[in-house]
Amino acid sequence: MMFYAAAAVAVISTVLVITRSNAVHALLYLVVSFLAAAVMFFALGAPLAAALEVIIYAGAVVVLFVFVVMMSNLQAERSRQSPWTSLRAWAGPAALSLVLLGEFLVVIASRGTRGLGPGAVPPKAVGISLFSTYVLGVELAAMLLLAAVVGAFHLGSRRETPHHRFFEETPK
Amino acid sequence: MSAVSFEAVLAVAGILFALGLAGLLARRNLLFVLMSLEIMVNAAGLAFIAAGARWGQPDGQVVFLFILAVAAAEVSVGLALVLQVRRHFKSLDSDAAGTMKS
Repeated sequence: MMFYAAAAVAVISTVLVITRSNAVHALLYLVVSFLAAAVMFFALGAPLAAALEVIIYAGAVVVLFVFVVMMSNLQAERSRQSPWTSLRAWAGPAALSLVLLGEFLVVIASRGTRGLGPGAVPPKAVGISLFSTYVLGVELAAMLLLAAVVGAFHLGSRRETPHHRFFEETPK
Repeated sequence: MSAVSFEAVLAVAGILFALGLAGLLARRNLLFVLMSLEIMVNAAGLAFIAAGARWGQPDGQVVFLFILAVAAAEVSVGLALVLQVRRHFKSLDSDAAGTMKS
């Protein structure tokens, strides 16, 4: 039951993400979609994945998106919005996340009898598997993240010469 | 895996993936394209978690951690590229960067 409610919230908010015209409104629904995915992971018995989904997807990735939105349309941003339009902007995501909050309270109030099923995989088992069987994959992921940091730093630096010949001025 | 059937989880993952694919194909704004990519990666992760829970093994969550690392790397480089495109073409439309240099 918990899973199906979270799945419904995830599907509804994902539909709203891909149909919004405003990028910030879409990001609000994207956060709700990731939180619903985290509840789904918890209902499936994967608490470590649920926590990491909240921290990394709903936290870090969405913050990156928000930074880029703020950097990219400062000129187009108009400050003449009324409180009513901003209320309409956040009422939808708030209603969807209230469903998730209700599930959260139900799990807490049931004192462990509900939520993690018998087939749950504890974080300890994941850690043991990660650093014994998949330790080569962990090192490869570390190298990938290092390459991503270097690449993002290179692409994000503001300099006069273009970063790639694709960005050079076309001779008219 | 308590009461949720494996097929239902896979169906939800497929629906989320299809929604991300539809957004990727339909939207022209590069920010929305990246958001759709995140949705699709997340749906793939959900399928892995479901498989790990189905057989009670930690491997599904381990692969989800790798997917998480790949998604973080992809979104950081992708957003830096979006900023470059925005700085050069003064637009976030994917058609603005549609032509190769002659």
